[in-house]
Amino acid sequence: MSVSANDRAGRGANQPKIALRGLCKRFAGQVVLDGLDLEVGTGESVVVIGCSGVGKSVMLKCLLGLLRPDAGSVTIDGEELADNRAAREAAMRRIGMLFQNAALFDSLPVWENVAFGLIQAHGMPRREARGIAIETLAQVGLGEDSADLYPAALSGGMRKRVGLARAIATRPEIILFDEPTTGLDPIMADVINDLIVACTRELGATALTITHDMRSARKIADRIAMIHDGAIIWQGPANEIDGSGSAHVEQFINGRAEGPIRLPVAGAAYG
Amino acid sequence: MKSNPLQAIGHGVLALFGAIGRLALFAIEATSHCARPPFYPRLLLRQMIEIGFYSLPVVGLTGLFAGMVLALQSYTGFSRFSAESTIPTVVVLSITRELGPVLAGLMVAGRVGAAMAAEIGTMRVTEQIDALTTLSTNPHKYLIAPRLVAGFLMLPFLVLVADIIGVFGGYLVSIYKLGFNPEAYINNTFEYLEAMDVGSGLVKAAVFGYLIALMGCYHGFHSKGGAQGVGKATTNAVVTGAILVLIFNYVITEAFFAQ
Repeated sequence: MSVSANDRAGRGANQPKIALRGLCKRFAGQVVLDGLDLEVGTGESVVVIGCSGVGKSVMLKCLLGLLRPDAGSVTIDGEELADNRAAREAAMRRIGMLFQNAALFDSLPVWENVAFGLIQAHGMPRREARGIAIETLAQVGLGEDSADLYPAALSGGMRKRVGLARAIATRPEIILFDEPTTGLDPIMADVINDLIVACTRELGATALTITHDMRSARKIADRIAMIHDGAIIWQGPANEIDGSGSAHVEQFINGRAEGPIRLPVAGAAYG
Repeated sequence: MKSNPLQAIGHGVLALFGAIGRLALFAIEATSHCARPPFYPRLLLRQMIEIGFYSLPVVGLTGLFAGMVLALQSYTGFSRFSAESTIPTVVVLSITRELGPVLAGLMVAGRVGAAMAAEIGTMRVTEQIDALTTLSTNPHKYLIAPRLVAGFLMLPFLVLVADIIGVFGGYLVSIYKLGFNPEAYINNTFEYLEAMDVGSGLVKAAVFGYLIALMGCYHGFHSKGGAQGVGKATTNAVVTGAILVLIFNYVITEAFFAQ
């Protein structure tokens, strides 16, 4: 790696860990991201909230390089990733990601899912990686007996835990969470929220979460940002969200159908 | 809305060339990963077993009955001008040059091409392919390359098995139904057989294996939209795989024929 840890620290504490600037993305003429700006500081946990289909996932995919933004820049530690494959691949080693439905590899047992990054990206011997996988599973509350199960045999909550274990197994500096509580019962959702907070704190990792679950957002976030119409329309500390002064945020956090945000329900909104 | 027929033709042609271009880029990218480390011997072995070993019953049965029916049909024809003695040669040449590779190719396109498209397609729609990328693993290298190599290596092996079983099928029918002398039949089988007859069949098989795996992977990799998308990808993989087998069968035969 060309940039040493000292250099990175030396470039100032005010340089954001993740910075998205002027991000634009459109699909078949439909604008999804329209000049989105977002910064996440080192060690900070930012939660991006917003309705379904406003571009939260697209933002995350642009950050990961799974989608190429039409315009704008994506930087991690000040290094531009949007058009730089080598930098993106290097950055990927420092990122862990929990997918919405965990995206576990069906063909591999649980422990190999968790150890995947260690074996493939870091070249760790399988035996050693298995040991770390079992430790990491214990961290998310799963016993050694689950290590040899296949993902198909797991419940939704267990899959999420395994997904979380896979995301943190390589001890990444950045962890991304895509709708971490979707599809879970409220109690399991809270358990996952607690695990996310505990794991990111333990690693000292920078976290970026997208969700539309306000309970989850309040619990995980240091800072909350709201995305609407492809841009961030409000952001502030998590404890100030109730006094945001933004009608959009008010409508969203109170879950009201009436307000400035109009969803295309049965043609009524645009009819 | 009124549409201009020229416009429709233009759209069709552009779409066709677009598809060919995308497929070619995909093939180049995936094939280049076959030769560049890191390699995944464990995955390659698994695919070789999946394609080679588990296709054996299907390919063996296909070969057996193809050989049997070939003996019967050629007897019907050749007995009309008292040329029954050429039947062993007709059977062995037809099987090794043509029926072995083509029938094995079509069966494997159905069995393996469909399985690859369904598996990779499901991985695509459940974000497992995105997950590979986030775990610093190139999906082309991890998913596609081992399948292409396994297809390329294992189909010749399957075709060789189909050749042997097919000739044996012809032998069974000729001896027990048509009353041939076993010794003479075996002698006739090998008398006019050249290495090139079997060799050209095996070359075909290697190309078919690569193409079938390529179609399975390509359609799976680009499937979208949940279960329906995966179903469509699977169908497309089998149909395009089978058609490419037949097209390239002619192309390769023509190339060998010229010599």
